Amino acid sequence: MTKATRRKLLTTALGWFVALIIFFPIAWMLLTSFKTEIEAVSTPPRLFFHPTLENYRDVAFGRADYLKCAWNSIYVSFGSTLLALLLAVPSAYAMAFFPTKKTKDLMLWMLSTKFMPAVGVLVPIYLIFRDTKLLDVATGLLMVYTLVNLPIVVWMLYSFFKEVPPEILEAGRMDGAHAKEELLYLLIPLALPGIASTALLAIILSWNEAFWSLNLTASKAAPLTYYIASFSSPEGLFWAKLSAASTLAIAPILVFGWMSQRQLVRGLTFGAVK
Amino acid sequence: MDTTGSQAVTAPPHALARGGISKGALSALKLPSIVLLVLWSIIPLVMTLWFSLQHFNLLEAGRSFVGLENYQYLITDPSLLAAVWNTLLLVGWVLAITVGLGTLLAVLFDQDFWGRGVARVLVIAPFFVMPTVSALVWKNLLMHPVNGLFAFLTKTVGLSPIDWFTDWPLTAIIIMVAWQWLPFATLILLTSVQALDPERKEAARMDGAGPLALFFFIIIPHLARSIGVVIMIEMLFLLSVFAEIFVTTSGGPGTASTNLPFLIYRYALLDFDVGGASAGGVFAIILANIVAIFLMRSLSKSIQS
Repeated sequence: MTKATRRKLLTTALGWFVALIIFFPIAWMLLTSFKTEIEAVSTPPRLFFHPTLENYRDVAFGRADYLKCAWNSIYVSFGSTLLALLLAVPSAYAMAFFPTKKTKDLMLWMLSTKFMPAVGVLVPIYLIFRDTKLLDVATGLLMVYTLVNLPIVVWMLYSFFKEVPPEILEAGRMDGAHAKEELLYLLIPLALPGIASTALLAIILSWNEAFWSLNLTASKAAPLTYYIASFSSPEGLFWAKLSAASTLAIAPILVFGWMSQRQLVRGLTFGAVK
Repeated sequence: MDTTGSQAVTAPPHALARGGISKGALSALKLPSIVLLVLWSIIPLVMTLWFSLQHFNLLEAGRSFVGLENYQYLITDPSLLAAVWNTLLLVGWVLAITVGLGTLLAVLFDQDFWGRGVARVLVIAPFFVMPTVSALVWKNLLMHPVNGLFAFLTKTVGLSPIDWFTDWPLTAIIIMVAWQWLPFATLILLTSVQALDPERKEAARMDGAGPLALFFFIIIPHLARSIGVVIMIEMLFLLSVFAEIFVTTSGGPGTASTNLPFLIYRYALLDFDVGGASAGGVFAIILANIVAIFLMRSLSKSIQS
């Protein structure tokens, strides 16, 4: 064995050891989701057992809550993302291709709204929602997520639009394309991968958001973050069901996250690290 | 088509000639986002400031202007000191753990090894787990004093199990939140390490630099800016950790794991004290803005390029 191979073998062992430790809580949760409730709390913990799908069946069909909350999560995160894109694409287009002296200040100001800690405006938002009958209404939460994510979406789109050569849009203009056509038929198709990863990030952030969802919703409009939190009540331990519900709640977003891991860096650092 | 091409001469190099698009049309494209963000950022802020000067409890009828009384009450509340201290401990420890380990992991995953792609996918996974899920998995499956896996492991080596969320509530929350944010630091720093010019590493190696010298004199300085960005972004999120505390300890026992967001939540939605909660909110806003100023400064540099 050469020195290089030995080194690679060592790095492989270390790399996998670390990866498995970090992933362990998720793997353990997945394992527990296939146990019975009694096996789930037994000591010593069982590694080998008859896997059962009982918990998944109970979670999905037993109480109607899960499906309702899953639907709320989908509605709120996809809806807010779509709305944020509709607002942000035109703004980012204008700022990326027709910058003025004020563009930079405008971008920084938009970002600065993101630094308002949610808890600092909890009281007024709660009262506004109460008085406008938006408490425990999914569309209300959708609007909050749209505004919370709008600055990130604008920033990310801006940085993707900057990579589209302006000459292509210019050429379209020569052929008589107007702003609307330029945006719809030239820029959006060209920047589609960037728009898609922006959308993925916005969906992930909304799906996992747990400050506004816990404070502004209850039984009717609760998304999955809220549903899972309801397992924290001290009466009885339902670890197997909790694990099954949790697995279902995080699975789609885990896949989205893995799909977009490259572009995530840019989105999460507002373009500061590419 | 109406051409105002002469304006393109003064525009920055990347800019398109405006062609048929009027200045008004361009403003119209930006306006909806701007108006909504102005409303979203100004109205609640003004309301928080206004409420913070009033005696206003949702359980009592009417409200009255009381000046700075709420702030006075807030400052003399012993919970505030505890909450600020817990917030600083939480933010400080999570930053130390995630940036420290994240740097090491970034270097490790920069090396070529078998199955690196899959291993990296496993490492970043915790970041996509919603906070309520990770809180309950850690609290029950892992850290439960009787049936949890950690209790079993400590008993196996002959020690008595730790009741994490009763005896070490803040430590338990720090471990859990660090687990959630380690992937973030790793991912950002890994991207940055990979952008390092291989020739620079090669040149240093030729000059006889060992792995340690390489790490401290080439990699760390290269990472400095990214580490700064990671610290500031994490700080903004860590200052508002809420759900993890909400579902595990509810801030207790006592105020042992109450941070600033949780304290304000307690004032507002458990005590219905709008005035007090707003004064706390103003405090939180000031704290977050101090961090934000530094972040904006470094982002403002990157936007130019």
